Amino acid sequence: MAHKTRVIIAKPGLDGHDRGARVIARALRDAGMEVIYTGLRQTPEQIVSAALQEDADVIGLSILSGAHMHVCPRIMTLLEAEGLRDVLVVVGGIIPDVDIPKLNEIGVRGIFLPGTTMQDVVDFIKENAPSRLETA
Amino acid sequence: MKNATLGAAAARPAERREPFTTISGRPIAPLYTPADIPSLDYQRDLGDPGEFPYTRGIHASGYSGKLWTMRQFAGFGTPEETNERYQQLLAAGGTGLSVAFDLPTLMGRDPDHPLSLGEVGKCGVSVASLADMEMLFSGIDLGAITSSMTINSPAAMIFAMYLVVAEKQGASWQTLSGTIQNDILKEFIAQKEYIYPPRPSMRVIADVFAFCAAQVPKWNTISVSGYHIREAGATAAQELAFTLRDGVEYVQCGIDAGLDVDEFAPRISFFFNAHSDFFEEIAKYRAARRIWAHVMRDRFKAINPRSWQLRFHAQTAGVSLTAQQPYNNVVRTALQALAPVLAGAQSLHTNSLDEAFALPTAEAATLALRTQQIIAYETGVTDVVDPFGGSYFVEKLTRDLEEEALAYFDTIDRMGGMVEAIERGYPQKEIAESAYTYQKAVEKREKIVVGVNAYVADAEAPIPLLYIDQSAGETQLTRLAEMKARRDGSAVRRSLDRLKEGALGAANTMPLLLDAVRAYATVGEMCDALRDVWGEYEEIPVI
Repeated sequence: MAHKTRVIIAKPGLDGHDRGARVIARALRDAGMEVIYTGLRQTPEQIVSAALQEDADVIGLSILSGAHMHVCPRIMTLLEAEGLRDVLVVVGGIIPDVDIPKLNEIGVRGIFLPGTTMQDVVDFIKENAPSRLETA
Repeated sequence: MKNATLGAAAARPAERREPFTTISGRPIAPLYTPADIPSLDYQRDLGDPGEFPYTRGIHASGYSGKLWTMRQFAGFGTPEETNERYQQLLAAGGTGLSVAFDLPTLMGRDPDHPLSLGEVGKCGVSVASLADMEMLFSGIDLGAITSSMTINSPAAMIFAMYLVVAEKQGASWQTLSGTIQNDILKEFIAQKEYIYPPRPSMRVIADVFAFCAAQVPKWNTISVSGYHIREAGATAAQELAFTLRDGVEYVQCGIDAGLDVDEFAPRISFFFNAHSDFFEEIAKYRAARRIWAHVMRDRFKAINPRSWQLRFHAQTAGVSLTAQQPYNNVVRTALQALAPVLAGAQSLHTNSLDEAFALPTAEAATLALRTQQIIAYETGVTDVVDPFGGSYFVEKLTRDLEEEALAYFDTIDRMGGMVEAIERGYPQKEIAESAYTYQKAVEKREKIVVGVNAYVADAEAPIPLLYIDQSAGETQLTRLAEMKARRDGSAVRRSLDRLKEGALGAANTMPLLLDAVRAYATVGEMCDALRDVWGEYEEIPVI
């Protein structure tokens, strides 16, 4: 039996505009994934700890405020330290072009800009989430 | 005769699919006739402009005496950088200021707080203390202009800073005019920039009402906002319903605090979205005025006509701006801006073409202002009051939106009021549902967004963007440290202790905040003092 992909959706930073995070969380759930929405204003430490506790395959970050270059490197470092380097990290929001290669370089695999469809996000995660067999 | 007309109107190009709905999903018929508004009574339901129930506007003469205020929301980086932008906007013919604060300020955190890392000056201007506020309005006569400040949880603190700057400039509080947003309920519902739980948050708002009624009588003490509710995904009817029901809650809160309704209600103003569905938006503003007039006269027994009149600011829909083919946003914004003008808005902000990417460049912000000026001076739409009054379609839509909003009022009243509804997550869930429904409609191409799901371009040239680097954050950190070294630390501590004591009891917090501001206590320090007393709100995350 196929393992149900487990996704953490998180909103780091001080911003509270959560429309995108919630819509994506709903879409992933409707696509058959197990979705945990952390709620607002999560620190990188809280997000990585949630990923560890929830045995997440994917972390989806929603960032609109411009704090991505502070938040993402910290999350990648913490994931590495926790031995979670297989977790697929994707970011959605407002990311200037100049920052995209920098985020790719530190291991953020998917970057979804304004206008991305929910289907694109679902497809990307289905293709790229680490595959594993149900262990139960 | 009627059938023949209907037949002609119903023959649509083959590629268009019925049923037709507004952007909110409201079904729209191909033709409206007197049969759609059989019970419409001119005197009772519309009235002339300037007459109850103000459906047609609050001023008898519309814009023939005075145009709306062209108020462009702006703020970024350090107070000096934003001050420079304000001077440009005023020189370009802007007629009021509107301050955008950065996220740390909005959340009551100083630049040196760990949560502020990377956010200082990014989404707005950083204001940590009176020293920053003095710089922000340097060279601008607060007695001569009006300012709107988009600030909610720390509204009383920022307002106190503005009052002290005015005092230092020699401007009288009796004649000072402007607006603080100060609308915490929509933060819990939509924008989520809350600090304290709902009940103590409402108490500070009542403190501001009482303080202003006595000392700053021309100040708009609250801007009850649907803008953010709509941006979060609400339909037009939900925006209308939740905003006005929030208004009801604030009026009740003032009355419960012992104020006479006519003492503070005339200073309540509103802020709505100007979205893309042209007629639905016009109907929304008209319905808002009619509902509010009845609520204030019939529910709250206000006797001053100024308490019955709904005054509103509008802003074009940020959520409609696309990153694809960004010049299309100029056209979207112009069309969106027409609706509130045709419906008699008191002030307006037009978004800039580059705001799907970043805060606007000076050039983009000027173009957005020019859009308003072209509407005002070249189109002639300002010469007639409520030109759509009597339109079968617009009157029917106005009534439908009113009825839908009043049905929401009943539901929320049955829950015990808006605070209770928020605590149960009711408006939050309604909005999330609408947001998801709309996004699915876009993906099925039931709703077309030009450049995004139709008429897509392969390659696009980049546009110039405003880039805010880390230097503003560094400057603000240094400045804060220097200011803290200069001020009298024991005076700050005493003022914060008195603030806590007042918050524990029933004292009006405004005079206590004014004292703390004069001692150069920071936004973070004042907010922390109240966090100690009231705690912090945490939302239960639901999807």
